[in-house]
Amino acid sequence: MQTDKTRYWLLAAPALAVMIVFYIWPLVNIWAISMTEPALGFGNYVKMTESQAVQTSFVITFRVAALTTVICVLLGYICAYSITNVIRSARPLLIAMVLLPFWVSVLIRSFAWIVLLGRSGLVNDAMRDIGLIDAPMRLMHNEFGVVLAMVHVMLPFAVLPMMANMRGIDRAYTEAARGLGASEFTAFRMVYLPQTLPGVASGALLVFVLSLGFYITPALLGGGRVLMVSEYITYQIQEFLNWGLGTAISVALLVATALVLIVAARFVNLRSALLERS
Amino acid sequence: MSAPKTAPETVPGGPASAFRIAMGTGGWLVAAFLALPILVVIPVSLTDTSYIGLPKDGLSLQHYESYFTSARWLGGTAASILVGLAVALISTVLGAAFSIGCWFLGNRAATIARWVLIVPILVPPVVQSLGFYRFWVTLGLIDTWTGVILAHTLLALPYVSISVFAALANLDPKLPQAARSLGASVWRTVWEVVVPAARPGMITGAVFAFIVSFDEIVSVLFITVRRVETLPKLIWEGIQDNIDPTIAVVATVLVLVTLVLAGAVAVRRT
Repeated sequence: MQTDKTRYWLLAAPALAVMIVFYIWPLVNIWAISMTEPALGFGNYVKMTESQAVQTSFVITFRVAALTTVICVLLGYICAYSITNVIRSARPLLIAMVLLPFWVSVLIRSFAWIVLLGRSGLVNDAMRDIGLIDAPMRLMHNEFGVVLAMVHVMLPFAVLPMMANMRGIDRAYTEAARGLGASEFTAFRMVYLPQTLPGVASGALLVFVLSLGFYITPALLGGGRVLMVSEYITYQIQEFLNWGLGTAISVALLVATALVLIVAARFVNLRSALLERS
Repeated sequence: MSAPKTAPETVPGGPASAFRIAMGTGGWLVAAFLALPILVVIPVSLTDTSYIGLPKDGLSLQHYESYFTSARWLGGTAASILVGLAVALISTVLGAAFSIGCWFLGNRAATIARWVLIVPILVPPVVQSLGFYRFWVTLGLIDTWTGVILAHTLLALPYVSISVFAALANLDPKLPQAARSLGASVWRTVWEVVVPAARPGMITGAVFAFIVSFDEIVSVLFITVRRVETLPKLIWEGIQDNIDPTIAVVATVLVLVTLVLAGAVAVRRT
């Protein structure tokens, strides 16, 4: 049997080796760079904590990610609930509408929002044509535009785990509560909602973690005015070639992400939220 | 229109109520918010103007012509398809072998290995791209197709391993045991018993891997310079320059291809 075990490891080994050598090792190296360039020590981390710009960037990032998560959970819950419990015959259409953005690249979706929200974008043009506004409103290059487009990108990540969770809920409990005289809303609030919290938690976690490190949409819709951490890092590296500070901020962002996961592990079953996600 | 429609369709549990109508309407509104903004690229792609906007005096195919005659756009499209296919093939083989091995092992070490393989889902794209860049410089892989395929394979592996493992959840461990006790070797058992059970997961995984690669932009921005150009990179540069409606054409083509493929899959399933 011992040799069988070796053979199973032989199957698993190539992917694991590739991942460790070409992915984990370069990540460790990022940390090494932050401690050695330009000089050995914690200099970059001191500089990072003293920098007002870095602090602002982290505050913006957490604010945008939190806002995106809250909106995604609210809208996603309504959508998942109505797909699971309300809409019957049009359900496949509704599911297709939720999944469509999943299969269209983030780049294309961000482009669509730029077309809609730009200074001479479709929304501004339409509102001027019907006389609602005189001068174009600023709908992007601010947090509003970034959050709107990010909600659009992240929403399916919230809907899918909630839908999977709701599908497994036995309606008998809610019906029993109704039979015992609870109003529909009370039965929902007291009986149904608590059962859906695991789905809500894994959806929220996924959206929050992905939002923390998101680059494309904030960079395109923010127009340099909503500098989230990922864009700030790129800026340090590409404009100033400041690898020391850039990698130090990267490590900070990684640690922040890890902390979120560790805290979340107390409320969310990480195994089913991440490892066994279907 | 949707609200009254939900009334006769209620699941057992009572007649249409304000609550159900509100939820039903809300569901439609959210789905519309998800699906409709993407479709805006279609009219823009047909514009007769030379800037991004709705058609002014009539529809025009001029931007389609410039896409389908541009060596750069077509080259980028072909490159992304080829890279995506290579990534799908490599990551599906590696990821399926990995998940099958872990499934047999079923111990703590195998679970840890599975966590290691999904790390790329959790690490911010910019951070991992910095890692790629520095290591790829050492390896001489900057601005090479090998470098892009390798990076994308790493990013696709989590999806393949998750979906193959999910498929194996339905396989009764007694089946491979039976094959083994009847004298089949480990490799023959894997090939003739486990791989067929894993196949649906491998197909899903391969599709995911292709899409991950086809859409990937952040690492490409870091590890390529001028020689290697993928479709997302051309779109990214086009959006930065901001004026050319050709991007709307590319977006329309991609959205339509997605719709057609999704429709075909849906029809095949029913």
